[in-house]
Amino acid sequence: MHEFSAGRKITSFALIAGGLGLLIFGLVIAIIGTGNPFRGAFMIGGTVAFFVGLYLFPTFKHHRTIVNIIFLFPLLFAFAVTVIIPLILGIGYSFTNWDGIRVTKALGLENYIRMFKQPGFLWSVLITVLFVIFNIVLVNFVAFLLALLCTSKLKGIGFFRAAYFIPNLIGGIVLGYIWQFIFSSVFTKLTTALFDQRYSMLSETKTAFIGIVIVYVWQYAGYIMLIYITGLNTIPGDVLEASAIDGASKTQTLFNIKLPMIASTITICTFLTLTSAFKQFDVNLALTNGTGSVANFFGNYLTNGTQMLALNIYNTAVINNQYALGQAKAVFFFVVLAIVSIIQIRISNKKEVEL
Amino acid sequence: MKTKEKVSSLIIKTVIAVLVAAYVLFPFFLVVINSCKATEDITANPIGFKGISFANLVSNLTDVINNTHFRFWYAILVSFVVTLLSLVLLALLGAMAAWVICRNHTKWSAAIYFTFIASMIIPFQVVMLPLISTFRDVGKFMGIPMLQSVSGLVFAYLGFGGAMTVFILTGFIKGIPITLEEAASIDGCSPEQTFFRIIFPLLKPVITTVTILNGMWIWNDYLLPSMMLGQNGKIKTLPVAVQAFVGSYVKQWNLILAAAMLAIIPIVILFLFAQRQIIDGMIEGAVKG
Repeated sequence: MHEFSAGRKITSFALIAGGLGLLIFGLVIAIIGTGNPFRGAFMIGGTVAFFVGLYLFPTFKHHRTIVNIIFLFPLLFAFAVTVIIPLILGIGYSFTNWDGIRVTKALGLENYIRMFKQPGFLWSVLITVLFVIFNIVLVNFVAFLLALLCTSKLKGIGFFRAAYFIPNLIGGIVLGYIWQFIFSSVFTKLTTALFDQRYSMLSETKTAFIGIVIVYVWQYAGYIMLIYITGLNTIPGDVLEASAIDGASKTQTLFNIKLPMIASTITICTFLTLTSAFKQFDVNLALTNGTGSVANFFGNYLTNGTQMLALNIYNTAVINNQYALGQAKAVFFFVVLAIVSIIQIRISNKKEVEL
Repeated sequence: MKTKEKVSSLIIKTVIAVLVAAYVLFPFFLVVINSCKATEDITANPIGFKGISFANLVSNLTDVINNTHFRFWYAILVSFVVTLLSLVLLALLGAMAAWVICRNHTKWSAAIYFTFIASMIIPFQVVMLPLISTFRDVGKFMGIPMLQSVSGLVFAYLGFGGAMTVFILTGFIKGIPITLEEAASIDGCSPEQTFFRIIFPLLKPVITTVTILNGMWIWNDYLLPSMMLGQNGKIKTLPVAVQAFVGSYVKQWNLILAAAMLAIIPIVILFLFAQRQIIDGMIEGAVKG
């Protein structure tokens, strides 16, 4: 192997030393607070120079390690700053009186106790659970039927499949407003024509809740359908042929062959609908913004009738400025989702072992 | 008898399929026809065709586009730049990280991989509040605004999209025979040359998948940009602008629906051109995630 040129050695050392120096200089002037507007540029420039120098470092033995570090660093850095650090801080903040900017006192479990004493929060938990259950059943049922339809011998299947999937392309905010229009301006015409009474589904908590479910099934079923289609297509044709020869009826084929053979797909879809319904925010915000009155919830009058958990967290912190309380609710939200995910992994692993 | 049954069941199925398609597409139909009406005609009859004119459509669209809360062209530019930059960086940096994780059997790479996977269950809600304060503090410390800035938003998408991207890419890279890299190394390729010349070009199909999944998410995402950019900030992505616009125009449905149409059009056009890839990508992402 050839030697490294002197020029490369010098460049490498100069960049490493200069980069580190610039980075430290930037950090120092930021810490002492000179207000120099270039401190960030110094830090970024220094880091880049440091890595370029490291890349040119005259070594064969460690070159692979250096490349590994350079390849991993950018993504890991972004990941640490946006996910890991905020997660650790967030869990910590939930035990304090954090107001979004500073912490002055540790409160222990006080936020958690307070949130479970809030009837509005308990209501949000309750309707979120209801919403999740409704959606698991309805989305999967509708999606499976559509998948059966789209795997039969129909003309123009490609069109139908694409059409059913289209709502999933569009963000919940826009969809929420479109459906708000439908519920408040189109359906009201219908009720006026049929019952001579202008009635908007969104004006009452119960029907508004059903409205959110309708929008959600409308949006999500096409996506879950695609996964069921993939599952159904993995059933080998000869198995279906054999059952047809043995004289199995269509329902028998469905319940005794198709459903058991796509059990793992059903698990995937169930958990996908579960987690996504649990996290529902955009449609909730745009369609009802969580409003709706509840006359008597354990003796309390509530105004957040259709406010799901994610929106409740958002409103607690951002609208009502109770950051620590909102953060405690978010940690609760996280723990529930983590438990669900662990259960999902357990179930999927068990199934794989059985197969 | 048997064929008759088949024909009738086929007809029933077709009818059902058409009815469902009509139901699914009906809201979009309403958006289009009502964007072509004046407010009075929408209130009078939101389903009918009365009052539809091209002139109304043009006037509604110009009202929306010129609206100071919406600033459509600016919002679409911001959304486009944020999405494009995030996708390019996620694909490149994600592939680099995934390759290192995949090809090094050390405790470190296993730990990093496990952390990425485990982080996929973290809901955005639990990190969003401290994220904003962290970004605000880091921005203040460095003298570079991280909130209310396109680069800050792209940085956040790198952090949030990284885990899923690495996860899907690692699954693919594992399937590429290591002998390919060994041969390249014998031929005198350095590790980074091996990656950029041999491995990266092979990743094209899986990078398409990842880009579609991330693209759909980033383009439609509302909560992250609304928290980072603020409701009344100068920079807005398309969903944030729609929200701000609707908030400012109470029940002016002709304008709201025209705005919705403008927000829908780009992604529907994209879908028409890349239907296969989008559908395949969505399925793959779901089954793997």
